[in-house]
Amino acid sequence: MAIKQKGKSLQARDAQLADTFFQLKVLNGKEISDQKYPPFAEQVGSTTDHTVLRPIYPEIFQINIGKLCNQTCAHCHVDAGPDRKEENMDRATLVRCLEILDQTQIKTVDITGGAPEMNAHFRWFVEECSKRDITVMNRCNLTILRANKKYHDLPQFFKEHGVHIISSLPYFSKKRTDSQRGDGVFEDSIAALKALNEVGYGVEGSGLLLDLVYNPAGAFLPGDQADLESEFKRQLAERFDITFNSLFAITNMPISRFLEYLISSGNYEDYMTELVNAYNPSTVDGLMCRNTLSVSWDGYIYDCDFNQMLDLKVSAASQHIDDFDIEALMQRSIVLNQHCYGCTAGAGSSCGGETV
Amino acid sequence: MSNKSYFNPDDLKKFGNITEFQEELGKKFFDYYAAVFEDGALTKREKSLIAIAVAHTVQCPYCIDAYSHDLLQKGVDEESMMEAVHVAAAIKSGATLVNSVQMMNHVKNVSM
Ligand code: SF4
Ligand code: SF4
Repeated sequence: MAIKQKGKSLQARDAQLADTFFQLKVLNGKEISDQKYPPFAEQVGSTTDHTVLRPIYPEIFQINIGKLCNQTCAHCHVDAGPDRKEENMDRATLVRCLEILDQTQIKTVDITGGAPEMNAHFRWFVEECSKRDITVMNRCNLTILRANKKYHDLPQFFKEHGVHIISSLPYFSKKRTDSQRGDGVFEDSIAALKALNEVGYGVEGSGLLLDLVYNPAGAFLPGDQADLESEFKRQLAERFDITFNSLFAITNMPISRFLEYLISSGNYEDYMTELVNAYNPSTVDGLMCRNTLSVSWDGYIYDCDFNQMLDLKVSAASQHIDDFDIEALMQRSIVLNQHCYGCTAGAGSSCGGETV
Repeated sequence: MSNKSYFNPDDLKKFGNITEFQEELGKKFFDYYAAVFEDGALTKREKSLIAIAVAHTVQCPYCIDAYSHDLLQKGVDEESMMEAVHVAAAIKSGATLVNSVQMMNHVKNVSM
């Protein structure tokens, strides 16, 4: 079934929020809302031992391979969509990423997008990582596996290279899934999960990991990850005979299209208040910006995918992979701003779910 | 006090302030409340579904807002929420209707 797009990207609509500086102004009470929240960096400084937030040696090299996607989800923090044809990583940049992986001790590559599989060099890059014994995590939106015949063999390809699949599924019902991701997404996602199960993904004993990402379809925070996981397991098994490994509950960040949704639905201030009130200092040690480097399609380096989308580059001389310098990066302090409250609410949130 | 309406959604956030006028009892209530909603013989999820049903029968808009939000966070689907309210509605209407036996008794007692 074809997916009915939720709309166009902020960029294609030339929306004010396509400007990342404007987004930062909103988050700091200078545009749209005059509500001010305690500065995040000060909050961290006064509640933890981290007067400045420093990284540990990177464990994960996260590559945002491009903004092209077959969906235009309402909450997308990347502002991805079918209209983002320009911003996609080229072969030379991927080669440079491989060189960096060869020079460092980083053993995990986390490929995200957009829909990473739409990048012309995707399969080649996975093969190259696989040759180097690097674990590949692929953030798959599921429907791409059904979008076109040329993607139908991807489950088999993933299996051959032992790719760890992390798939977004906001809910186990059509209504809530389609309201976030577009009409038709739920049915295609279920078909894709079945195809992954068929080759062994998410099946006990297969060693092929299929994790799901849950993020709320609206202006509310995710509940307890373990409870949500057992509920998803029960519902997906009963309704569709689908199995998976773990569920990561991820908080929606108040940036990009989700910020637009919050503002247009009148939920922005309540949502920010909820995030700030749920600030939990014990999440800070495990923040993903501490063990991850995030690289954009054009080779710039960021503390995380969210900072990337706000165009907040690393605070170090080594801001581009062409000048990659692990020593300089290790000395940096992580760039924090008000959106970071999305990572420290409740049990914390990262690309791997809860952090405490 | 410019707000002249009886119900203000923002007052829900001030619920904790009831300790201002009577600290000891307020605190006991909140401790008790928190304990009630912990996992026990019933799960937190089941307890929240009971809470939304009761919230409708006592017609408390604050509780309805609070538990609708809580159930969304817990990943409960719309059908389950509505079924819980139907349980409340069925008991309320049943309780109304079962009293009609009394009405019928009286009518029959005094009628020829
Ligand atoms: S959330 Fe994921 S699937 Fe949806 S538009 Fe963004 S990148 Fe694509
Ligand atoms: S948004 Fe990025 S920099 Fe901020 S706390 Fe989260 S992971 Fe760290």
